[in-house]
Amino acid sequence: MATSISKEEVAHVADLAKLSFSDQELEHFTGQLQEIVALCEKMAEVDTEGVKPTFSVTANVNHLREDVAEDWHQKKALLEQAPEEAADLIKVPAILNGED
Amino acid sequence: MAFNYFDTNLDDLHEALQSGKVTAEQLTKDTFANIAATDADLQAFIRLHEEEALAQARDIDEKGDFSNPLAGIPMAMKDNIATNGLETTGASHILEGFKPVYDAAVTTKLNEAGAVVVGKANMDEFAMGGSTETSYYKKTKNAWDYTKVPGGSSGGSAAAVAAGQVPYALGSDTGGSIRQPAAFNGIVGMKPTYGRVSRFGLFAMASSLDQIGPLTRTVKDNALVMNAIAGFDKRDSTSAELEVPDFTAKLGESIKGMKIAVPEEYFQEGIATEVATQVKAAIAQLEAMGAQVDQVSLPHTQYGVAAYYVLMASEASSNLQRYDGIRYGFRSPEAKSLEEVYKDTRTDGFGDEVKRRIMLGTYSLSAGAYDAFFKKAAQVRTLIIDDFNKVFENYDLIVGPTTPTQPYGIGEEIDDPKAMYLGDVLTIPVNLAGLPGLSINAGFNGGMPIGLQMIGKPFDEATIYQAAYAFEQENRFFEQHPAVAD
Repeated sequence: MATSISKEEVAHVADLAKLSFSDQELEHFTGQLQEIVALCEKMAEVDTEGVKPTFSVTANVNHLREDVAEDWHQKKALLEQAPEEAADLIKVPAILNGED
Repeated sequence: MAFNYFDTNLDDLHEALQSGKVTAEQLTKDTFANIAATDADLQAFIRLHEEEALAQARDIDEKGDFSNPLAGIPMAMKDNIATNGLETTGASHILEGFKPVYDAAVTTKLNEAGAVVVGKANMDEFAMGGSTETSYYKKTKNAWDYTKVPGGSSGGSAAAVAAGQVPYALGSDTGGSIRQPAAFNGIVGMKPTYGRVSRFGLFAMASSLDQIGPLTRTVKDNALVMNAIAGFDKRDSTSAELEVPDFTAKLGESIKGMKIAVPEEYFQEGIATEVATQVKAAIAQLEAMGAQVDQVSLPHTQYGVAAYYVLMASEASSNLQRYDGIRYGFRSPEAKSLEEVYKDTRTDGFGDEVKRRIMLGTYSLSAGAYDAFFKKAAQVRTLIIDDFNKVFENYDLIVGPTTPTQPYGIGEEIDDPKAMYLGDVLTIPVNLAGLPGLSINAGFNGGMPIGLQMIGKPFDEATIYQAAYAFEQENRFFEQHPAVAD
């Protein structure tokens, strides 16, 4: 059942996670991830037939509140944190390749 | 310096401030002088906020209201807890220069109490690691031996308290990040019940596990800080709408008749002999003090690490998507297109351990792996919770070691992530079940401390404090302190 993770899969996952690796780094990470994945596969020994998964341990259901916008008056402070700003907006490079 | 945090607890400091024996400004100045003398070696702080701290201290002196037990007393904040206008980075390159535009809930509460934040304590990058070696900025040393790691991820917080730089610090604990460094530095660290302390303003790692808690030299100090930071907050949807008790209320009460469970799995293979020996002696002491001690079983303990790493990494991979170089922090200067902004920023901005966890999480959530990893881990989590629930039907407290080993050397485990992950085997189940857990010094071996872990029922931190205080008063290990510059 061991589903050893391949270098190609690691490259695909890296792409999904918006990370890039050199070929050498990819080798290194693949080795480490294989070891960690093998560790996690130990869970296969546990019989979980019919066991309800737990995604959160809070007893809270949901804290509902009125759907009213609150103004935190932080636009200027927030814009100051942006790596680049222009005309009161956050500036980013062109979304379509080839444009400037 | 006038005040030595080794010999003064929060009550002493409070009394000195209230009676005018010392001003908040003087105490803060002395604290910075001591940090300047010790931190070149210890490296507990990423940055200090001296100007702001002195301004805060002077403000408190002017107002003259020292009624709050924390008023005018300096403290250290872990670098993943937001402070308005003061750089906070999670020890990551990707947030270098980032100044939050609001305070974390705990920051607000401490400000209201009159606390003086002296600076940001070092940590593993985004709280990912067990040795504080994954910090982008520096490597903190263990307060007892500068060749050894301080533990992590709240390693800077723990070392700063143990070395007497500050009387208390805040940390965060997702899989042991308060308790393990507390154990490695011989101090008291509490991970409160999930929901007890608001995480608003805490840089999220794994949201179903993260909690903020105090690191202190004594149990009473710890309870006093908990009194200040606990409580409902509508801005954290997991925050519990429960009344906050006085956490010091049961200090000094006898533990006679207290029912204590000792899981046999916490002493199995992988646990160092010297740790097991010291912790067993501590448990025998609790029994001699009148507690009823029995051995119990938490049969799924050995699967905790696997379930944790899948769930934590999955949640973290999702939480860390927000770091994309667009709105704040670091943006790769080479990026020409939007795609490059994302990829180059994240590739240059994150360290290896963060990348490993993002990768593991992204993989665990991918279509082919979801059932065998993410869903399976969530089911194993249920079984671990059921194990605890069964024991707590008959017992007040679960006690065992905090860590399987004593502190190891700097650089020894950093290239072996699997070994590092297995070091969390005894603290992880507590996070998975959302329970409160505390580590207290159980004594020394070879000059290095060993942690005793106490795990309580949900929202029953008070009973943990009661037992920890009884143990502490019997031994008074806190009177010993590391040989740092006086």
